[in-house]
Amino acid sequence: MAIPVTYNIRNMILRKGLTLMTALGIALTVMTAVFLMMLLAGMKKAFVKSGDPLNVLVMRKGSTSELAGGFTKDKLPILVSLEGIAKDNEDKPLVSGEWVVVVNLPRKDGTGDTNVTLRGMGNEGLVLRKNVKLVEGQWFSPGQHELVVSQLIHRRFAHTAPGDALDFGKGPWKVTGIFDAGGTAADSEMWADVNQVADQFNRQNALGSAYLHATDPVAADALKHRVADDQRLQLEGMLETEYYDKQTTSGAPIRFMGYIVGLTMAIGSIFAATNTMYAAVAYRAREIATLRVIGFRRGSIVLSFIFESVLLALLGAAVGIVLMLPFNGMSTGTSNAVTFSEVVFKMQITLSVVIYAAIFAVTMGLIGGVAPAWSAARREILAALRD
Amino acid sequence: MTLARFVRKNASRNKRRSLLTILSMAFSLLLLSFLMCVWRAFYVDQGSAESAQRLIVRHKISLANFIPGYYREKIRTIPGVVHVLPVNWFQGIYRDQKPENFFARFGTDPDEFFDTYKELSIPADQEEAWKKDQAGAVADKALADKYGWKIGDRIVIQGDIYPAKLELTLRGIFTTAVPNNALYFHWKYVEEGVPFAKGHAGTFGILVDSPAHVNEVAAKVDEMFANAPEPTKTETEKAFQLGFISMMGNVKAFILVISLAAVFTILLVAGNTMAMSIRERTREVAVLKTLGFRRQTILGLFAGEAVAIALLGGIVGTLVAIVLLKGASQAPQMGPLFSVAAKQWNFVAPLVWGVAAVAGLLSSSIPAYGASRKGIVEGLRHIG
Repeated sequence: MAIPVTYNIRNMILRKGLTLMTALGIALTVMTAVFLMMLLAGMKKAFVKSGDPLNVLVMRKGSTSELAGGFTKDKLPILVSLEGIAKDNEDKPLVSGEWVVVVNLPRKDGTGDTNVTLRGMGNEGLVLRKNVKLVEGQWFSPGQHELVVSQLIHRRFAHTAPGDALDFGKGPWKVTGIFDAGGTAADSEMWADVNQVADQFNRQNALGSAYLHATDPVAADALKHRVADDQRLQLEGMLETEYYDKQTTSGAPIRFMGYIVGLTMAIGSIFAATNTMYAAVAYRAREIATLRVIGFRRGSIVLSFIFESVLLALLGAAVGIVLMLPFNGMSTGTSNAVTFSEVVFKMQITLSVVIYAAIFAVTMGLIGGVAPAWSAARREILAALRD
Repeated sequence: MTLARFVRKNASRNKRRSLLTILSMAFSLLLLSFLMCVWRAFYVDQGSAESAQRLIVRHKISLANFIPGYYREKIRTIPGVVHVLPVNWFQGIYRDQKPENFFARFGTDPDEFFDTYKELSIPADQEEAWKKDQAGAVADKALADKYGWKIGDRIVIQGDIYPAKLELTLRGIFTTAVPNNALYFHWKYVEEGVPFAKGHAGTFGILVDSPAHVNEVAAKVDEMFANAPEPTKTETEKAFQLGFISMMGNVKAFILVISLAAVFTILLVAGNTMAMSIRERTREVAVLKTLGFRRQTILGLFAGEAVAIALLGGIVGTLVAIVLLKGASQAPQMGPLFSVAAKQWNFVAPLVWGVAAVAGLLSSSIPAYGASRKGIVEGLRHIG
């Protein structure tokens, strides 16, 4: 027969101080782990969930990023004429020739400059990115020295409110609006007219990349191959989603750090939990013996103490997760290993972060509880009663 | 019985508990030492003497923008400049796109290369052979060992930023105190194969005649091109590297937050243990008082025990951290960083021990104070 759960809970309440201190220790470990997982979850969204599966990104053969692209402008008409491209209301094919460059902007918090992506796009650029919404001001006008910034960039960088002027390249750029890309990669970008961007960087006769919006997923796949097979082009097409998938490696340093930090702190916490459980067992030597006399089996006692340890860890996890809630939605940045520019993203507590944190804590509780529980069950009844 | 002996006896009375506490603290302190070492490697260490004498020039806007090649000769005219040479990040792909096959590849000018990077040493005949062969390359010994390259071997790098396939022949292998795992080749080779690379450079390395003139020269370079179509940003090698680190995110805050969490964990663990041991000894404390020991002495006994345990944890933690850092310095990519971090040992270890001692002191003070204040009769009646 199992020992009632209330026995464990009452014992934990009886030794409030000890319970709380151990739980807090576990909570700190869980907080650190949650912090790192929130970072990774935000980054994952910025990359993995980015891109429209109907958009085909075209770059020079062998090129791995839009920055390294580069082909002459005369190839654009060939791309426009390809089959399977969707058309807009005015029957124009949804194709946008683009240039992505990076510019150096000062952060608002005064921690120095960093690289930000500026994307120059053609007239259809905004049409084929339907998921992005304007939240303030207006879109940039073609032919003007104007740009729009994402909400996250607006929050992190100085002089990015509508009406402000940003100074880089050849003279001031007027900020006309702020857009929201819902946590995807575009949230780390500023957008402007492609010709203006090319002019800034003396690349008037070339394009960095092109986006083709396909009519349906099958057409998107076919379009990809059509681009690669066309001998006149010497270009390569890939789905926009595939492109961002490849960039998730940017999170590798944080993930690596996360594993080291999480593991080290977890091992420390396991030792601490073991200590607490040994103390709990020692205090209750007589109780345990009494339980045995009443007829509870050794197995039940082992189970009961392991359960108590897990409960302790779960309490810690709950405290840790609650304490981390205020960080949800905080925006931060890291660099994109492919484009050298900053990726802005929001820290996110997702369901999977919570589940992983709980599993992490339960594992600590399990490992920490086994040895003490075993020693509790193994003691001789008579010796323990005499204590 | 001396105080020290009493402390030792008490600490070893419940060996399992002391050991678990020491180990638990050791892991937190290991993390703290590791992070402090990395912190110092990033923000405090000034690099080698040779590195302090060098500057890096890049386009003001970003590394992805090129600067004109003719800037090189103009920079040379600035007083204090000894050497200027292109050091261009080629990137590219060796064998495949797997991260383990990635290493730094630079296009440069062999005529001035080893004069500028004096910490790299190479046999004179190999350097000569490299200068003569425009498709020649030199590699770091650690890198050459990794791939088993020998002099005369062919190394093919497929370009990505630059659409060119480099078919290089290894002409020399250089050695250095801290392996840089890089491959260097003639920038001219790329210029001839890629039209848009011709007459352009990504970055220039400058050797200044003395560390005292470094800032002055940097300011003069930027001043020279301030109004040119392609303005520059010139900074020391260390500042240039810090730029990359800051791109990884707010690393400073990141390290601080985790260090803080580690320190709090230590406090909790130490406090927990001391609370447990003192609680068990309530009766003993009453006995000690009956025997005539003063409160201060009793407080000292507990504090001494806590500090001793915490210090042991600290020593174990720092020792393991050093072993780990030494191990990590063999890693292919981050290796140089960790070998610098390992050298921060003599500063970080005493600091961590200090943190441990203070944590021990703080953690024992509250329960010990409570125990020492308890009345004798009440204490004797206590049932642990």
